[in-house]
Amino acid sequence: MDLRFTPEEIAFRDDLRRFFREKVPAEIRRKVAEGRHLDRDDIVTSQRILNAAGLATPNWPVAWGGKEWSPVQRYIFTEEMQRAAVPLPLQFNVFMVGPVIAAFGSEEQKQKFLPATANLDIWWCQGFSEPGAGSDLASLRTTAEKRNGNYVVSGQKAWTTLGQHADWIFCLVRTDREAKKQRGISFLLIDMKTPGITVRPVITIDGAHEVNEVFFDEVEVPAENLVGEENRGWDYAKFLLANERTGIARIGLSKQRLARAKRLSRETEAGGRTLWDDTDFRRRVAEIEVGLKALEITQMRVVANQRHRDADKPDPASSILKIKGSELQQATTELLLEVAGPYALPAPEHDRPEGWNEPAVSPDWADAAAPLYFNYRKVSIYGGSNEIQRNIIAKAFLGL
Amino acid sequence: MDFDLTEEQRLLKESIDRFAADNARDPAHAMAAGEGEALWNGFAELGLLALPFSEEDGGIGGGPVETMIVMEAIGRALITAPYLSTVVLGGGFLRLGGTEAQRAEFIPQVADGSLKMAFAQLERQSRFDLYDVATTARRDGGDFVIDGRKGVVLGGDEAGLLVVTARTAGNRRDHDGVTLFLVDANAEGVSRHGMPAQDGTRVAEIAFDGVRVPAERVLGEMDRGLPLAGHVVDVALAALCADSLGGMEELHRMTVDYLKQRQQFGVTIGSFQALQHRAADMLVAVEQARSMAIFAAMMAEEPEARERRPAMAAAKAQVNRSARLVGQEAVQLHGGIAMTWEYKAGHYFKRLTAAESLFGDTDHHLREVAEAGGLVEEI
Repeated sequence: MDLRFTPEEIAFRDDLRRFFREKVPAEIRRKVAEGRHLDRDDIVTSQRILNAAGLATPNWPVAWGGKEWSPVQRYIFTEEMQRAAVPLPLQFNVFMVGPVIAAFGSEEQKQKFLPATANLDIWWCQGFSEPGAGSDLASLRTTAEKRNGNYVVSGQKAWTTLGQHADWIFCLVRTDREAKKQRGISFLLIDMKTPGITVRPVITIDGAHEVNEVFFDEVEVPAENLVGEENRGWDYAKFLLANERTGIARIGLSKQRLARAKRLSRETEAGGRTLWDDTDFRRRVAEIEVGLKALEITQMRVVANQRHRDADKPDPASSILKIKGSELQQATTELLLEVAGPYALPAPEHDRPEGWNEPAVSPDWADAAAPLYFNYRKVSIYGGSNEIQRNIIAKAFLGL
Repeated sequence: MDFDLTEEQRLLKESIDRFAADNARDPAHAMAAGEGEALWNGFAELGLLALPFSEEDGGIGGGPVETMIVMEAIGRALITAPYLSTVVLGGGFLRLGGTEAQRAEFIPQVADGSLKMAFAQLERQSRFDLYDVATTARRDGGDFVIDGRKGVVLGGDEAGLLVVTARTAGNRRDHDGVTLFLVDANAEGVSRHGMPAQDGTRVAEIAFDGVRVPAERVLGEMDRGLPLAGHVVDVALAALCADSLGGMEELHRMTVDYLKQRQQFGVTIGSFQALQHRAADMLVAVEQARSMAIFAAMMAEEPEARERRPAMAAAKAQVNRSARLVGQEAVQLHGGIAMTWEYKAGHYFKRLTAAESLFGDTDHHLREVAEAGGLVEEI
């Protein structure tokens, strides 16, 4: 047993640290560190910098720009990116549709989509959830009917993150209404410019436009846009969801937020001292840090044991990482909210009414604290809610 | 980064797991006369009492991972033999602080099972502060004379040799001025009052009235015994984390088994989602504890206290948290049966609860983490 990295791994880490710090613009990293929403251009700029250095898609097959990294190297890469507050490559492209096309797509699909997906020339969004299909995803009702060699898609997708920027959407659609729930689903790629698609913004409680509803009204999709086989879409979706097991805990991000909360608490006056000198506050920090350290080691155990893992054996690891990782992400945003204190109250500049032209009242970081806190309630809901994760542990692992 | 056991460690684990399972304690029934001694001899025969000592000292040269393997098995089997007090604590003092003569005299006796040890440090007012020492040792010719009272000494009534903290300079709560002594438990002026503890082990109140100790029985530096005591306690904390981990694993297994067997309303109670989620949360707590028990083992021998201390405090705080959740939930999910003396679950719960308060409870260790400024490095 040894928790330390090898000298080669440390060199690998230091190279990445330098690259992230020197090559990714500081202004973009500052926005990430403060938990502000990024513009489309920020995300595209950052991903193209990574892609030019061959670092946008390390999880893909080598033939399509992937890296033959060990699980430990992949872990270091993700941690360091989060630690440096570099925007993660667009997850819909890099962790979702890219690996599915690489594994199950036709040669034409790979040629057409993969390089453009890596470079974010195509922005993908995800069409899985529906108003009636959240945690119970397999009950989805958007249909795709075969007509004259095309699929005709009708229905509605929900919670489509950053769909307002998207060029393409990858969808789960029902191609066989008679088949059992999971069996009649297919995986379809749809150009967002196709007639019959309407995107409607959904404003979330933090006041931001992050998610959308997408409506499909008799949308004609060429049959060649089907990935793999018809009615096998559920298998591809499961592959997609299992793809990124260890990034899910986002420990690097929580560490970065915690370090920030500590630093800001030393600059914040409270009770004639700094907030950092308040023993109650410091104890709350300690509690989060203890949980985070435990989760970090749990994640390292999962990473180190990947080489022994029997893929067919149920493993509660990803559910544990999801539950604890999301709880800790939320705890760090709560902590930042507390540090901001009363100055978390004023709305950020972009949310103020038209005609407001006074300067900002809060310290420049504090007005982002409340929206971030509100926004992060999502992390225990999405990606299989924490209650679904407990079902998975109970059924697949404990045998209950 | 590697969490695999070496081939030797794997073999050790196999043999101690088998030994512990064969000797698992049935807490509902008191041990018969001589049973405890036979078990201790079993530990000696397997070489477990020589485990942490260097080969030059006649030991096996095991490290904290080996100790973790042993303690996890002990905890899983509810074994009450004084391994923690004799081998981990007593042995820890000998190997980390003993002079060559002290090591040569005592280590062979510990290793062959003929000498048990105990660490007499706690006092009525000291709670979890190692440095809070009212017991005094004053110089008298070539000897020291110890006066004071120690309480809740783990394994104190069966030990032949005590490691005692006594003040040789300064005021009661000063960090400097504490000296460690190796004291013959049967020396004149030592009176011991042993009693059973909640977890089935034994503890003792020990009074020292003018106990004469020769100067060569000073352990480590005069007046500067605290860093050594702190390090040995950290080694013991790692062992305790492993003991609790073993107990939690078994308690969780028992609970899940019970959920699959117990029928109410015509179905197994494990089919109820309210109970499934609680069993899942128990597993999360066990795995978080396992991670920190491993972390503790990795950090236990770190000589730099500034690095080691917050790590050990964090480990104990997490294991305590997990132990409380797993213990309470195991009793609740079992229902009434776990309230009975006859059934094992309640005894695991009691052992986990006892371990929580040994060498610092959750509040104490969280405060230590907080005072150290935390664990997350500046970015």
